[in-house]
Amino acid sequence: MCLAIPGKIERVSDASLLTRPGLVNFDGVVKEVSLALVPEAAPGDYVIVHAGLALSRVDETEARQVFAYLAAIKELGEIEDRAR
Amino acid sequence: MKYLEEYRDSTLVRQLAQRIRRVTTRPWTLMEICGGQTHAILRFGLNELLPSSITLVHGPGCPVCVTPLEMIEQALQIAARTDVIFTSFGDMLRVPGKHSDLLRIKSEGGDIRVVYSPLDAVKIAGQNPDRHIVFFAVGFETTAPATALAVLEANRRGLSNFSLLVSHVRVPPAIELLLSAPDCRIHAFLAAGHVCAVMGCEEYLPLVTRHRVPIVVTGFEPVDILHGILMAVGQLESGRAELENQYIRCVETAGNPAARALIHDVFEIVPRQWRGLGNIPRSGLGIREAYAGFDAEKRFGLSRQIVAEPAECLSGKVLRGLKKPNQCPAFGTRCTPDHPLGAPMVSGEGACAAYHRYRLQEPTAASNLP
Ligand code: SF4
Repeated sequence: MCLAIPGKIERVSDASLLTRPGLVNFDGVVKEVSLALVPEAAPGDYVIVHAGLALSRVDETEARQVFAYLAAIKELGEIEDRAR
Repeated sequence: MKYLEEYRDSTLVRQLAQRIRRVTTRPWTLMEICGGQTHAILRFGLNELLPSSITLVHGPGCPVCVTPLEMIEQALQIAARTDVIFTSFGDMLRVPGKHSDLLRIKSEGGDIRVVYSPLDAVKIAGQNPDRHIVFFAVGFETTAPATALAVLEANRRGLSNFSLLVSHVRVPPAIELLLSAPDCRIHAFLAAGHVCAVMGCEEYLPLVTRHRVPIVVTGFEPVDILHGILMAVGQLESGRAELENQYIRCVETAGNPAARALIHDVFEIVPRQWRGLGNIPRSGLGIREAYAGFDAEKRFGLSRQIVAEPAECLSGKVLRGLKKPNQCPAFGTRCTPDHPLGAPMVSGEGACAAYHRYRLQEPTAASNLP
C-alpha cells in the first residue's frame, strides 16, 4: 500500500476541480491521479504518487547533483578495484 | 523508466556497498522505518552486501502491520452490514481478526471493494446514494493527505452517505517510543522518504538532539538505501548525530506545505493504539469535530474493545527490531503468507512476509539486481 512510485505527467485534465485530476504514466501504465498537491507540476514532470495522489514533484536538478556525487563514488571504486 | 532504473544500477550498488565496508570499523545497528524499504532491502539482497558488523533491523513502518486488532474488529462489524459498501486498500483484506477477516466476510456476501485511492471510494458513494460507503483509512502521513482530500471532496459534494474508519498513524512518536525503551539497541535510523516528502524533516530534529541519534531521510531504491546507510554510518563513525537528507530529489525540508495544510484542516493529533507496540501518545490522526459526520466510529456508534493478540505471534518484538522474523517459532510453519497468524505476515511491506518471500530462497545480491 505504501509503495509510492515516480510517474510522468501526461496531462492535467481539469485544473479547476478541487482534486485537479490528471493522467500520469507509470512505465506504460496510465492512471488518473489527483495533482492537487503539486500545483506547480506540468506535463513532462515526474511526480511521486501515493494512493492516487501526487505527493511531490521530483526535482531534476537535485537528482542530477546527487547522482554526479554517486557517479564519482562509482568511478573511484572502479579505480580502486583495478589498483588491487 | 526514469528515476527507477538508474537507482538500481548494479555496479553503483556494489561500489556503494564497498564504500560502506571501507568506512565501517565498529558494529552498528541501523533501523529502516518503512516497510517499503524493508521490502527493497530483502528483494535486492542489500543486507547480504553489507559488512557483517552492520545489522539492519526492520521498523514498524507498515500500516497493515500496526493497525490494531480492535480496529480490524470494527472494520469487520461494519463490513458485515447489508446497508454498507466497505472500501479498503487490498492488503487489509487478509489481516486476521479474532475469528474472521474481511476476505471471509466478502465471501459470505459482504459488499467489500478494493480501491486504489480514497477518492475512488468517494466516487462509489456518489454512484450509490441508497447505500452507505465506508473507507478504511489506514496508513502513515503518506496516505493521510489522500484521505483528507477525500473528506473535503465528499463534503464539497454534500455526500451524507460516506464515512471513514480512521486509523492513521504518525512516524515520529513511534521512533520516540523505540528510542526511549531501555533495551533499545538502534544506533541510527533511515527515515521514510515519502513520509518526509509530505511532512518535511523538522519533526525529526528533536529526536536527533534529544537522543543523539543520526537520522537520514532516505529513498526506496537500492542506490538510495545504500547511500542512506553510507551517510548514517559516516555519521556514526565520526561521532556525529545529525539529521541528513539523502532523498533530496523528492523531499524538501518543509515537506509539501499544501499536503500539510490539508492534513491539518481535516485531522487533529490523537493518541493511537499500535498493534504490537501499544498505545502511543500523539501518534495518530483523528477526524476533527468539524468533519465528525464523516467519522464512521461515531456514525455507527462503535466502541473499542481491547482484543488480545494471538500469544504465539512475536510481532511486537519484530516491530521493535528486537527479533528478526525468522527467529519467531511460528515463522514459515504455522505462520505463512497463506495462513498468517499476525499482520506482519500479511502485507508485502511486513517484515515477516518479506523474509518469507525473499529470505527463504536465500537470494544473492547478483541474482536479484537487474
Ligand atoms: S512470523 Fe507470523 S507469528 Fe511470527 S511474528 Fe511474524 S506474523 Fe507473528
